[in-house]
Amino acid sequence: MISDPSMFSSSPTLEPGADDDQLLRVSLGPQHPSTHGVFRMNVVLDGETVVSLKPVFGYLHRNHEKIAENATYLSSMPYTDRLDYICPLSNNWAYAHAVEKLAGIEVPERAEFMRVITAELTRLINHTAFMGFILGDMGAWGSALMYAFREREKILDVFEDLTGARMMANFMRFGGCRNDLPAGWAAKVSVLIDGYGPFLDEMEKLLIGNEILLGRTQDVGALPKEVLINGGITGPMLRAAGVNYDIRKVEPYGIYERFEFRIPLGEKGDCYDRIMIRFLEMRESLKILRQAIDQLPEGDFIHPKAKIRNFKPPVGEAYARIEGPKGELGFHLISDGTTNPYRYRVRPPSFINLTLLEDMCLGLDLADVVIILGSIDIVLGEVDR
Amino acid sequence: MSAETVIERLREALPDAGVSLRKNPGPSCQHSLLVNAASLLDVCNVLRDTLAFDLLSNVTGVDWPDAAKADAVALPAEGEGTSSAGGFLEVLYHLYSTSRREGPLVLRARTVDREKQNQIPSVVAVYRSAEFQEREIFDLYGVEFTGHPDLRRILMWDEFEDHPMRKDYVAPDDYDYEPTPHDAVLEKARAHYPAAP
Repeated sequence: MISDPSMFSSSPTLEPGADDDQLLRVSLGPQHPSTHGVFRMNVVLDGETVVSLKPVFGYLHRNHEKIAENATYLSSMPYTDRLDYICPLSNNWAYAHAVEKLAGIEVPERAEFMRVITAELTRLINHTAFMGFILGDMGAWGSALMYAFREREKILDVFEDLTGARMMANFMRFGGCRNDLPAGWAAKVSVLIDGYGPFLDEMEKLLIGNEILLGRTQDVGALPKEVLINGGITGPMLRAAGVNYDIRKVEPYGIYERFEFRIPLGEKGDCYDRIMIRFLEMRESLKILRQAIDQLPEGDFIHPKAKIRNFKPPVGEAYARIEGPKGELGFHLISDGTTNPYRYRVRPPSFINLTLLEDMCLGLDLADVVIILGSIDIVLGEVDR
Repeated sequence: MSAETVIERLREALPDAGVSLRKNPGPSCQHSLLVNAASLLDVCNVLRDTLAFDLLSNVTGVDWPDAAKADAVALPAEGEGTSSAGGFLEVLYHLYSTSRREGPLVLRARTVDREKQNQIPSVVAVYRSAEFQEREIFDLYGVEFTGHPDLRRILMWDEFEDHPMRKDYVAPDDYDYEPTPHDAVLEKARAHYPAAP
């Protein structure tokens, strides 16, 4: 569990006498490809075995929450794109969802469909990129990521058609979306999702029986489910351990209760399960996308009475969350009746999923730390905010 | 399980806990329970073990230099005294139950003031997920979580002194690195550093 805090501060110093037991202190990161950004871990090693691991945060900290307190509600929307910059549209949705709860705003049916379609495409992007990165962590540097990014780029192309930007979408508004779907967009997405199944087949065939992948990930980094729930772990990480907790089912937001899909569950919760869970989730996302594209209704893309200028939610507070690709993405807003939020809090899934990183790594080899960190799937834009 | 039911169950289990219901005036209707800081750990234990609120999802820190504003967001019950005139720091906890699939249950705990009496017991022993979030609130708001196993700054660097998320925080004007110093920056630097003799 939590080791002696005096053993390590975030500015490491080697006091004389600490060397007696031949421990090696390694500062892993922040500039290292396996840390997925600028993330540092102060690791104490006994030979190859991890004895202590303290994550160090803050290299990308810009106090997103303070900036949002000094801006109007809507002007934070483009900034949410930069939290988890792999999945801007999910962040948009989570923030819009929280403000809609805070102010009691209705969303038209067509806009709900557009949100589901963009959010599930975002999930595909995230999980596909994850496959490439995790294989890179295992030493398969390049090829897997190239195939993953080839598919990701196809989705980014349709995002560009829709929002004008590949990644920084700034697409959702309180009460709907910014613009309607361009002509022929739904047909393009339809073609895209038809082609995605075969790509997943190919990727799975490459991976599932791969001896290196099995050897590096099976029985690595598993923790009991009670510990995971207590540690606030959410999303694919939690479901890989067999806990049936997906916010799309537990607390259906938007129109998720209309679609037929299943929640894949793992058994052991090791890194192998975490990888496979994401494969299965992509298959379910494709099912949701197929249904959403087929049922897409005509209508408004934003509520006709949605207020853009001088928007002032009533006094109160709201916490709203969605099932982001990395876990529970929540926003907690407190309004004092003015144009700016009194308090704007992001509940970042990748930050809180790191809580148990040390517990997962203790007693394993240093090389396993890289795989475990990769399997948590963090983005530092969101961790450091 | 509504907030009202939870409060009844809590009063049965812990008669002296001093838990009161705070209504949320907004359309979200997420009412909250104001808990005495002293009994926060007992309340969390009951919530986790008896009422099956096993997931502490989110911990938020809030700075209230003006106590009246806090009462406008979380309305006190009739006849109940309003909060102290001076400001305080507040910590909000959003709890969920994964087995019953309900939530959020919102808890609020308040410090006595914003200066010296800024302690709130840490709930890490009950909910491990609070570990980094409490460190973040300690860092950005200056709430001291008593009993936290490893209370250090987390986002700012260790040598940093102030708490940037407080409402009265003033950014320093002596930052020493700017790649291309220009008008406003040079002006600030001139104001900060006395002219060379």
